[in-house]
Amino acid sequence: MTDPRDTVLTHALQAEGTFDPGRAPAGIKRIPSGVDGLATEHLVVNIGPQHPSTHGVLRLVAELDGEEVMNVEVAVGYLHRGIEKLGEHRRYHQLGTLMDRGDYVSGIHGELAAALAAEQLLEVEVPPRGQWLRSLMSEVNRIASHLVWFGTFGLDCGAMGQFLYAMREREALLDVLESVTGQRMMFNYVRPGGVLDDITPDAEQKLRTFLRTIDSYLDEHHALLGGNEIFQKRVRGVGVIDRETGLAFGLTGANLRGSGVPYDVRRDKPYAAYTELDFDVPLGATGDAWDRYLVRMEEMRQAARMCRQCIEGLPEGDVMAKVPRVLRPPAGETYACVESPRGELGVHLVADGSDTPYRFHYRAPSLFAMQVLEEILPGHLLADAIMLIGSVDIVLGEIDR
Amino acid sequence: MALDRITGEHSVAFIRSEQLFDWARRNSLWYLAFGIACCAIEGLMSASGPRFDFDRMGVFFRASPRQADVMIVAGTVNKKMAETVRLLYDQMPEPKWVVAMGACASTGGPFREYPNVVLGVDKVVPVDVYIPGCPPRPESVQYGFIQLQEKIKRQTEERRAARHDRR
Repeated sequence: MTDPRDTVLTHALQAEGTFDPGRAPAGIKRIPSGVDGLATEHLVVNIGPQHPSTHGVLRLVAELDGEEVMNVEVAVGYLHRGIEKLGEHRRYHQLGTLMDRGDYVSGIHGELAAALAAEQLLEVEVPPRGQWLRSLMSEVNRIASHLVWFGTFGLDCGAMGQFLYAMREREALLDVLESVTGQRMMFNYVRPGGVLDDITPDAEQKLRTFLRTIDSYLDEHHALLGGNEIFQKRVRGVGVIDRETGLAFGLTGANLRGSGVPYDVRRDKPYAAYTELDFDVPLGATGDAWDRYLVRMEEMRQAARMCRQCIEGLPEGDVMAKVPRVLRPPAGETYACVESPRGELGVHLVADGSDTPYRFHYRAPSLFAMQVLEEILPGHLLADAIMLIGSVDIVLGEIDR
Repeated sequence: MALDRITGEHSVAFIRSEQLFDWARRNSLWYLAFGIACCAIEGLMSASGPRFDFDRMGVFFRASPRQADVMIVAGTVNKKMAETVRLLYDQMPEPKWVVAMGACASTGGPFREYPNVVLGVDKVVPVDVYIPGCPPRPESVQYGFIQLQEKIKRQTEERRAARHDRR
C-alpha cells in the first residue's frame, strides 16, 4: 500500500540507504484531528549536510509537528577520512599532524593529547619550560577556539556584529600562534618530549598587548550579545541538559560544567603546568543554553588569566627533552587526556614495540555533545534547534574523524 | 575594457553586452557558504572577517546554491560527501565556477591513502582554480579569487576570438 503522503519520508530513507519498499515507513505518525476529521501528519525535514548553521557537515533528519521538533536523528560520516586508521601507519611524532586536522579549531590540544600518550609509553620527562609553553599555547588556543564559537553562536541566534569582533580578536591570537609555530591553524607544535620551539620575543610582545585589552573587549562582547534582550529570551531556559543527562551521555567540558558538574581535566587530572597555575572552574546552575554561554565566556577570562601567569612565570631551560629521532615505545597501552575547549579529549594508544602504534583511538568530546542533541532537541521549536546545535559547540572533524 | 575608469558627467561608453556581463560577474563572485572541514575556518570565516575582508572584492557568501556563483570546496571530500557536492554544483545556476581550496580538495591531501577519500574534488565537479596549502592562508584564497577573475576575463576574449575565427 503506497500513500502519496509517504513520499517525503521515502526520499529521506532512500538517501539514507535503509528504505525497504515492502515495509511501511515507520517514522510517519498520522494524528487524526478530533475537530473536523482532518488528518494532520508530521513532516520530515532534512537539515544539512550543507547548511550554514550545522558547523560543518552535520546532517539532521528532523520530524516536525508544525514548528515543533518531535524527533530528531543525527546522521554523521560526511567527513570521515580515517584519522584513526591512518594513525596506525604513522610514526609517533607524526600523530600530531593527524590530530590537528581532527579538532581543527583547537589544534594544540589534539597534538598535546597525542604527545602525552606517547610520553607515557616512553616514560619521558618534559623539561619545565616545555610544560609551561604547552599550557600557555593551550590557553591561547582555547581563547581563539571559544571566540570562533562565540561568533558563530551569535550567527545561529540571528546576530551578526559579534562575529566580526570575535574574528578581530582571533586574528591577534593567530598572530601569536603563527609567530611561535609558523602556522595559523595546523601548528604541529607539541611533540613527544616537549614543544618544537621557544616563544619568540615578537610573539611575547604581541601576546602581552593582547592580554592588556582582552578583558575589556570580552566585557564589550558580552554586552553586545549577552546584553541583548532578544538573545537572552532565546537562550534562557532553552535546551536544558540536567546533571544526570549530562553525566549519562558522557558530556565533558563547558557543556557539563554548564549543568553544574565540576569536572575539569586541567584540575582533576592535571597535565603540563596546570598544577602550578591558579584558575577557577566556572559552573552553571540549570544547564540551559544561557549557562553554557556564560561558562564559555568566563573560561575565556580564566584562560587569559592563565596566559598572564604563564608569561610571568615561564621557567628557563630547554623546551624539548632528549628523545630519539624514531620513537619505539615498549609494548603496552595507555590513555592520556587533555581539557580541549570542547571537553575531555583523550588519546588511547596501543603500542606493539614497533615505530608505529598498533591501535590509535581518540575520544572526541564533540561526539558526545552531538549525541545529546537527539535527547534535548525534541519539544523545542525548529529555530531553537539551530541555536542549540551552536550552544553545544561541536566540530565535525573530530566527530567523523 | 575600462568602464571602471570612465568618469565625468557626459561620457558615453560603448561595450559589448557579454563583456559588460562578464565584468559584472567577476566583480561580484558570491560563494556558497559550504564549509566541509578545516579550510572552511580559514577560507570562509577568516577571509570574510575584518582583517582580510573578502567583501571589498565583491566576494560574499550566500547560504543557498541557487544564489551562488562560486563553490569553494573547503575540505576533504569523501565518497559519502561527493554526492552532495555534485548535487550542490548541479543546483547552482550558470555561469558557475569551482575553487578547490587546499591540499585535500585538490588531491586528497594528507588523507589520500585512505580508501574512502576522493582524490581531489575534480573527480566530481570541474575545477577552475586550485589553491595549494594545508590550509591555505586567507591571502592565498584571495589570490585564488583574483586568478578566477582573470580567468573569467580571459574567457570573454577567448569566446570572442573563437567566434571571429568561425567567420
